[in-house]
Amino acid sequence: MRIDQRFTDKFVKLTLNLQAIFTVGILMIIVFIIFIKGIRHFNLEFLLTFPEDMGRHGGIFPSIVGTILLVLLSLVFATPLGVGTAIFLTEYTKETKLTKIIRFGVESLAGIPSIIYGLFGFIFFVIKLKMGWSLLAGALTLTIMILPTIIRTSEEAIKSVPKNFRMVSYSLGATRWETTTKVVIPSAAPGILTGIMLSVGRAMGETAAVIFTMGSSLRLPTSLFDSGRTMAVHFYILAREGISMEKAYATALVLVLSILCINVLAYYYMHKVMSRYS
Amino acid sequence: MIEQIKQREEKIRWILTFCALSSLLFLFLIFAFILIEGLPLFYKVGFSNIIFGFKWAPTKGSFGIFPMIVSSFLVTIGALVIGGPLGLGCATYLAEYAGKKRKIFLKPALELLAGIPSVVYGFLGVIYIVPFVREVFGGSGFSLLSTSVVLGIMILPTVISISYDSLMSVPRAYREGSLAMGATKWQTTWRVVIPSARSGILASFILGMGRAVGETMAVIMVAGNALKIPSSILEPLRTLTSNIALELAYASGDHRLGLFSTGVVLLIIIMILNYIANFVIRKKVIK
Repeated sequence: MRIDQRFTDKFVKLTLNLQAIFTVGILMIIVFIIFIKGIRHFNLEFLLTFPEDMGRHGGIFPSIVGTILLVLLSLVFATPLGVGTAIFLTEYTKETKLTKIIRFGVESLAGIPSIIYGLFGFIFFVIKLKMGWSLLAGALTLTIMILPTIIRTSEEAIKSVPKNFRMVSYSLGATRWETTTKVVIPSAAPGILTGIMLSVGRAMGETAAVIFTMGSSLRLPTSLFDSGRTMAVHFYILAREGISMEKAYATALVLVLSILCINVLAYYYMHKVMSRYS
Repeated sequence: MIEQIKQREEKIRWILTFCALSSLLFLFLIFAFILIEGLPLFYKVGFSNIIFGFKWAPTKGSFGIFPMIVSSFLVTIGALVIGGPLGLGCATYLAEYAGKKRKIFLKPALELLAGIPSVVYGFLGVIYIVPFVREVFGGSGFSLLSTSVVLGIMILPTVISISYDSLMSVPRAYREGSLAMGATKWQTTWRVVIPSARSGILASFILGMGRAVGETMAVIMVAGNALKIPSSILEPLRTLTSNIALELAYASGDHRLGLFSTGVVLLIIIMILNYIANFVIRKKVIK
């Protein structure tokens, strides 16, 4: 009986361990495949030249620029809104009915799938507001999509700032806003930055919401109302329409590695911040 | 001077309130516009002809999306069957068994899975999983099975992180009490820790389902997009999300409205799932 139990215990431990290894293995395999297959067709020229013949030849320069512009523009809108919301929820109110409703709204936004964002952005920004398939329409759609991430991580970061910091600031005669901007935000900045970086990763890899709002023009976007094609959309089109597997792998390499780098940095940063307070 | 400062503080409060209300505004706009575009067709064609209709031929006036509702349901269950146990296993290992050193490496690695774009999952699904299913089980490979496998992997981060949090929130005294009575580590985990964390684990499964129902690009690539209810796990299918994404670019008139009607149904399913998940989590907090 006892031996049985001990055997079961060991067996379970091994099984669970294998499951964890298997799951991490999936991640490793994905990155490995993309790296091995992509690196063969990857070079500096690929990053810096324009695509030719629908992407069959040439590079992905306009897609890189399009991705960067789209992500930056989304951040320009989403960061003040998101951090502002987090400040309001943590520093300016107590738990009331209003904060509950706002939290419910944020949670609901987080649960909405990206294709619904695509549908909404398409009908609202592209058609009703007559922006057309454009950088601006794409960025506004992504703004709403990444807002919940920024709000939640900023809120966590602001909450983790010790109460004493605020007390000391108030006791020196500082107003609420002075305390917020000069004491709370600087202490919470690393955590807020982590949230921003995580949402950059999310925005870069997004396809469904972007393809119907920003379009998929292969030209270099030069104004807010130009259409453009992000790396994720370019990759999707190359792969789905079977235009070029080589270029698809190389695009995936650039996309996945950039997202992984940003996320690794974000988690590393978060880890550092968390160990500072605990 | 003091008046000025007070005025400025008041102004800032208003600006911040506006920021906070913007999320609600966006949520309202999304619902309003999807409903405004999607509901008229329900009146025009008839509610049951859309929800329970079998034929999707939007240019000929048939807007039945029943097969897609069933397909979305099937891939979601499939994803849960594959991702649920595996995710719970990982979470249990992380929370109960893994040493500190291993945890520091494993936890971020598992979270990175969430960062891989869905198109990449779909692409690798087409290159590796679809041919594998074709060779081993037969059929075209574009199937319920392939889609479930891809989605099962994609929901892992959601299932793992929420299950993990709820396992970690089980008080240490519970474990110590059980171990002190002579129970083994596994008996403690299985009979004490997991039951105490069950509402969080359930919520992680439901949120994982939400993720699977809403997934689009990966599903388009591996599901085969056939317009019927699959009769076996090796047959192709088309989900609600892929229906929208496949046709939105060129649809116009009633056809486009039909896609918004599909969106309405999808949105309602998602809201119900999220509501249940929230309810399950909240119930635990009250207890």
